[in-house]
Amino acid sequence: MTTTLSPPQTDPDERVARVGIVRRLVVRPEIGSLIGAVVLFVVFAAASSNFYSLAGISNWLDPASLFGIMAVGVALLMIGGHFDLSAGVLTGTSGLITAVMTTQWGLNIWVALLLSLVLCLGVGFVNGYLVTRTGLPSFIITLATFLMLQGLNLAVTKLITGTVSVGGMTTVPFYDSVQPIFASKISIFGVGFKIQIVWWILATAVGAWVLAKTRFGNWTFAVGGDPVASRNVGVPATRTTITLFMIVSAFAWLVGSLKLIEQTSVQTNQGFGEELIYIVAAVIGGCLLTGGYGSVIGASIGALIFGMTNQGIVYAGLDSDWFKFFLGAMLLLAVLANQFVRRFAEQKRK
Amino acid sequence: MTEQTNGATSLLEIRNVSKFFGGVIALQDISTKVGAAAVTCVLGDNGAGKSTLIKIFAGVHKHDAGEFLVEGDPVAFTSPRDALDRGIATVYQDLAVVRLMPVWRNFFLGSEVRKGKGPAARLDTDAMRKTAKAELLAMGIDLRDVDQPIGTLSGGERQCVAIARAVYFGAKVLILDEPTAALGVKQAGVVLKYVLQAKERGLGVIFITHNPHHAYPVGDRFMLLKRGKSLGDFAKSEITRDELTAMMAGGAELEALSHELQGGGGVAAEAAHELEAEVQNLGVVAAEERLTTS
Repeated sequence: MTTTLSPPQTDPDERVARVGIVRRLVVRPEIGSLIGAVVLFVVFAAASSNFYSLAGISNWLDPASLFGIMAVGVALLMIGGHFDLSAGVLTGTSGLITAVMTTQWGLNIWVALLLSLVLCLGVGFVNGYLVTRTGLPSFIITLATFLMLQGLNLAVTKLITGTVSVGGMTTVPFYDSVQPIFASKISIFGVGFKIQIVWWILATAVGAWVLAKTRFGNWTFAVGGDPVASRNVGVPATRTTITLFMIVSAFAWLVGSLKLIEQTSVQTNQGFGEELIYIVAAVIGGCLLTGGYGSVIGASIGALIFGMTNQGIVYAGLDSDWFKFFLGAMLLLAVLANQFVRRFAEQKRK
Repeated sequence: MTEQTNGATSLLEIRNVSKFFGGVIALQDISTKVGAAAVTCVLGDNGAGKSTLIKIFAGVHKHDAGEFLVEGDPVAFTSPRDALDRGIATVYQDLAVVRLMPVWRNFFLGSEVRKGKGPAARLDTDAMRKTAKAELLAMGIDLRDVDQPIGTLSGGERQCVAIARAVYFGAKVLILDEPTAALGVKQAGVVLKYVLQAKERGLGVIFITHNPHHAYPVGDRFMLLKRGKSLGDFAKSEITRDELTAMMAGGAELEALSHELQGGGGVAAEAAHELEAEVQNLGVVAAEERLTTS
């Protein structure tokens, strides 16, 4: 079987118009965010040369990387047809568990990190189990876990430590053995880049590979696109959905741990409000809110846009109070552009 | 009713199967069968219980009473996977395709081809693209680009993709849920051709429809459903096309309707005359009497 089939001679098929290279590019879900990122980079670079200096780049990759890791997980879940509003607060829970277990109870830091991971995965499992079991919108289920975790973070921490923050991680035994993994810096031409950027690139690469090249990725698209149809052809929809929720919570554990080890302390309100930023990044990156379509690379670029805007406004000498306004405007632009592109891609091929 | 089978063995058989949803009797005492290289048609109007019956075959629902035999073994499926593992493939009315996904991903969804081992196991995308394209070409669908979302294909094409998929994955029994319902005359003809093609390849086909004109030319066996009950299970030799049409049309009900309309006078009376003529034409009453007493 060769890939080039000669067209039927008797009945030339008018439906199979050639799909041009431009259209092939344009139908990629991440293309909108990529163009947006390039435009933003040029604009901010024109406003300030510091923006594209190595130190400047390190500066805006810093917030982009933590949001980027979460955006990868949230994008996978969103392609699978669900939201996780508890993901932001869970990064706080993750850090608090590790911090309390080590500084208050004297547990080995490796054991504490492992237990924290297990508990986070448990939260993800509960989210996924409740969503698949009840059939209720994940928006409501995870809104409930979001509120409960927020309360637990504050109440339990105050109960144990009497304050709203846990610190002193540097005095914990074996802190030095985890520090290189979670909080070291890589020096490039004398400028330190945080190791979390490597984690971000790794998460994006693995996420993109899983989505495009594995059976699980195929199932993710399928359950997000049409859960009933995919179940009917033998896709284990329940298992796929629960796994997706657990992937998000594993990423939340990673981000919580990265923050804790780097800052050596954690506040009880950490991560609050960030869950919406993850969703914004995923949507800017081309994920459909209704599921079944999207890209983790796009979501990572969405997080990059967030990081660039966050720092770029300061570099450009603008009042940083305007940041959220710009972010909102970009979100609106992105969804409008994505909608247009999708229609263009599908109509022209009918 | 006779015990005659089409082919030596029944690939799939149900005996006195019933299904209840709470207090609702969805199906009661339904029996039929399909052999290899045979087509069994299940006919019924809306709400007759056709969809429930399919879902029992497909493993979506479990029957509450009666026997369900696959190649002679009693089975009780708990998931669509079980049915697929026994070689029963279902092509649904809503087509069971994920519209935003490319054609080739849909073709292999749930039965993906992989290469590599352990954590490196990955989709063999090239092989799947090529196979999907070749299999569809064999079915007479020449797609230039199997990467286009399946939602961009026409209804008939999507139906054929679904049939090609089932045949490729070695289905022994193919269950088609109203495959011609939403199609134009020409496209319906194409789908009927594939039904016969599947039969020629030795598959047992259960063809669900409400259209006797689609069913009769391709069917070897006919089971009529009405309000969850069976009106009979006939071999082709036992029933004519007109009798089948008459039973489907519900001759007795047409007659009752005609009487009712006659009372109305004027335009209604005219319609009543037409209905009566149709009832006469179909030979409805005679046929129903003969079949229900046999």
